[in-house]
Amino acid sequence: MTHFRTILTGIAFSPNLKANVFETLRLGSLLKAKVILVHVGEKSVEKEQKIADYCNEFPGFKDQVSVVWKSGDPVDVIINACDEYKADLLILGAAKREKLMKFYLGAVAKKIAKQAPCSLLLFIKPSIERVPCRHIVVNGLKHPKTNNTIQASFEFAHAVGSSKITIVEEISQNEVSIKVDDDKSLEKSTLLKEQILERENSRITTLLNNVDDTLKKDITIKSQGIFGTRGYSIGHYAKVQRADLLVMNKPAKSTFLDKIFPQDIDYILSELPTDVLIIH
Amino acid sequence: MTEASHIKSFFSALPKNIFAGFVVSLIALPLGIGLALASEVPPIAGIITAVVGGTLVAVMGGSNVTITGPGNSLVGVAAGAVLLFSEQSGLEGTEGIYQGYLILLAAIICSGILMLILGFLRLGKLANYFPSSAIQGMLAAIGLIILGKQFHIMMGNRISRNSNLSYLTEIPQTVINSFSYTDQRLMFAMFAGVISLTIMAGYAKIRNKYLQLVPAPMWIVILAIAFSYYYELILEVPNPIHQGYMISGIPEVSEIISTIPHPDFSKINSMSFWVIVLSLTLIASIESLLSIKAVDKLDPKKRRSNVNKDIKAIGFANIVSGFLGGINVVTVIARSSVNVNNGATNRSANFFHAAFLVIFVVVFSTELIRIPLPALMAILVYTGWKLAHPSKIIDAFKIGKEQGFIFLTTLIVTISIGLIEGIVAGIIATSIVHLFLNKSLAPFFRNILKPNVLMFKERDTDNYYVSVKNFCTFLNYTKLKRKLDAIPETEEAIIDFSMCDFVDHTVMENMADYKEIFRKKGGNLEIIGLDLHDTDSKHPFALRKILPVKRVLESTGVLTNRQELIKTIAKELDYNYTVRKKTETAYLEDFIYFKTKNINHTYNEISKKNGILKVIDVEFYEGEFIAKEVVRSTMLYTELDKKLPTFSIHREGLLEIMYHYAGFKDIKIEKEPAFSKKFYIKGENELAIQNLITPELAQFLLENSNFHIESNGSALLIFTKERLAGVNEIRKMKEFTNEFTKLL
Repeated sequence: MTHFRTILTGIAFSPNLKANVFETLRLGSLLKAKVILVHVGEKSVEKEQKIADYCNEFPGFKDQVSVVWKSGDPVDVIINACDEYKADLLILGAAKREKLMKFYLGAVAKKIAKQAPCSLLLFIKPSIERVPCRHIVVNGLKHPKTNNTIQASFEFAHAVGSSKITIVEEISQNEVSIKVDDDKSLEKSTLLKEQILERENSRITTLLNNVDDTLKKDITIKSQGIFGTRGYSIGHYAKVQRADLLVMNKPAKSTFLDKIFPQDIDYILSELPTDVLIIH
Repeated sequence: MTEASHIKSFFSALPKNIFAGFVVSLIALPLGIGLALASEVPPIAGIITAVVGGTLVAVMGGSNVTITGPGNSLVGVAAGAVLLFSEQSGLEGTEGIYQGYLILLAAIICSGILMLILGFLRLGKLANYFPSSAIQGMLAAIGLIILGKQFHIMMGNRISRNSNLSYLTEIPQTVINSFSYTDQRLMFAMFAGVISLTIMAGYAKIRNKYLQLVPAPMWIVILAIAFSYYYELILEVPNPIHQGYMISGIPEVSEIISTIPHPDFSKINSMSFWVIVLSLTLIASIESLLSIKAVDKLDPKKRRSNVNKDIKAIGFANIVSGFLGGINVVTVIARSSVNVNNGATNRSANFFHAAFLVIFVVVFSTELIRIPLPALMAILVYTGWKLAHPSKIIDAFKIGKEQGFIFLTTLIVTISIGLIEGIVAGIIATSIVHLFLNKSLAPFFRNILKPNVLMFKERDTDNYYVSVKNFCTFLNYTKLKRKLDAIPETEEAIIDFSMCDFVDHTVMENMADYKEIFRKKGGNLEIIGLDLHDTDSKHPFALRKILPVKRVLESTGVLTNRQELIKTIAKELDYNYTVRKKTETAYLEDFIYFKTKNINHTYNEISKKNGILKVIDVEFYEGEFIAKEVVRSTMLYTELDKKLPTFSIHREGLLEIMYHYAGFKDIKIEKEPAFSKKFYIKGENELAIQNLITPELAQFLLENSNFHIESNGSALLIFTKERLAGVNEIRKMKEFTNEFTKLL
């Protein structure tokens, strides 16, 4: 495994603690990775015992788990811990908007997400029982990072036993140079869209050829082109398709302008359609 | 088509278009004069408007069979503006009115420039930001304003009041007074008005092909001129109608050209000038856009108009019209529909309508002064009545009480204060209604700026799938519209509102329009996901709000469009239809698919009378508690008259799920390699299943690969996707089942 060797997660004693720890340990064992649980706050015997109890439920795996107790500002602590332990994957939990079935990242988690030096997995519904991850939606943006993201997705899918991967190519409306005004322009723009889709499709096929065949075994691969707002459409698509995981490229370092105009990833972070994996 | 064949078809269609243009000009002539008079401008200004509009929009426009010229809706603003500007100019009487007209021309030129800018900025879509009921209320108010003002002149009782409202409230008084006219010449004026109104109202009811050769307004003109000649040539006495009620001052052509008025831009720095410019622009744009949309539906060739190009052309025509002494050019619906009915096929009809108007004025300009004013005003009173017909209010209330409230608010404010205020009041009223219904601002504020529409072409079926999230109202309708406009109307499209908590009337009405256009062009657009939404009327355009979960169980008794369609299918097949939720679902639970799922209930069930075949919407969930995921899916269930092995078959990649259930193994069909490669087959009894797949069956499944098929031994479960199916999909499911069971 090249992408996920060390998994790190911050834990707090919330009602979700058990589910969070279980998800992390389960993932760690599936990915055959080391797991580091970072607790921010006072250490106590009671808490230690509780975590040890949880770890005992994963008998074959508990040697790979280490618990770290730290204090300070949660954002700094987690970010520093990622550097210190050379984590490959940081796991964060999402918050749920009261009554509505909508999930978003809390303020602290959002800060961590923006600064994290590694890949990120955002869980919307951590569960004690295993919920299989069957369908993974992966972005297929035309970007140098995409190749790596697709590689990592297959690795992940292979490890957790997913059966289907859909690569979504989001194509910005600006790429369709013809504006639809009447029948003629509609016809032209439909034709142009077909051409763009074909081009995108062959680009994705090339990327897929780079993926090792053993990773592709038993996985149905589909690709879907969508014309629409980047970063938004893929989330909406994942929700409509009831995907279990959405995999995205990590955006480039944010500049001043990005604070004013939403970045692609912001649509997803402000309303998580499903679990989200952001590949560094 | 090649360039040459374009030209050829243009010339071969020319006679039809010339004829249509001629018939339209017969209406445009009296209407143009009447609208100009009602707008307090010289009568010839109406003709100039039609000629300029017809010529320029025919050459530069982007629509096909529309007619442009002076419009009804602008009468109120224009007349008000002339009176206001004449007061400001400080001149008295007719001189003041003429000065007001010159300033109005300047305002028209400015509004033309604004429209041109709107067109270049591609803001033709701006009209979509107005709630439907508010626009309806505004149009009704405009109708009442026209009717109120012209009614008195039609009855031979010219009055001048400050508010639109007093014109309306004094209508009974005018009617009573008309019985006691002492001046016989006023009596004749009134008769001319009342008879003309009768002609307008009765014309459509008499279906006589000779009578219908000439449009009603032209009959009025012909009869009026004949009446005048009868007195002059046969009785040899002066026309008995009061001279104050005859059209005055239609100049000869040479005079028209030599006395082109010069627009007066002196008020360009005043606030009131720009309020008028804005009102003119707003109304001209809305009337044009609504007319273009309506005419596109009438177009026998079902072409899509280029709205922005048309707005640019109309804007330019307004500028020219203003400089030549004409009033606002807009696309007009009544004249356009006459144009279509008389066989127009392209924009040349609009040009010919203008050309015939020029001929009329050149040849007959002196005859036109024989037309009595009340006769022309009767045409406008009838138009106003049509716009403000009581059925419009009733319709609004039928859609929902809240729509009636929005309609009335807009109507009352428009009449008593003004057009801009009226439309603003309509928008505010709509927003209040939406807030009240949702009891919270949060969903709107949180989501207004975010995208909420996803559209993609499903790879496997080539259908367009559109999903809308959060809320969809007049505030963000353009986002949905832009996506829908990019779908060729000859295709299959599905709009899914199941993730949308609130859909308003404006959107529902527009969806109905889209459905119609798709149907006419040979495609199909279906709306799904509204079955769980609440409405308080049966009207298809009523707004929809998602129900709180517990209320879902109590059916509201109002069927959604999809439910109505399902009901129709049931009727066609002579099946039973029940909307009600059923919780006895044991018969589904022993299918492999449901092994790991829990069924809440089934609903929208259509079933064969003996119950052995039914199509149902199933609501089930996977996972529990926080991992719970509720899914609604349409499935077909049919019992078989023979035993089958337990199996499940579907094409690779059809379903998102792949279940590995103990005791079931993947089965290879050696003799059908192509089939075996493409399909997943699972079951317990390998041999029995291998025997079941005959070459015919394999071939049939390869051709119809979009279905998931399961057998539990004695019954089949068939479905396509894990979502609710559209009505067409249900039909296909049924056809597939018939064929499939035959092959078994």
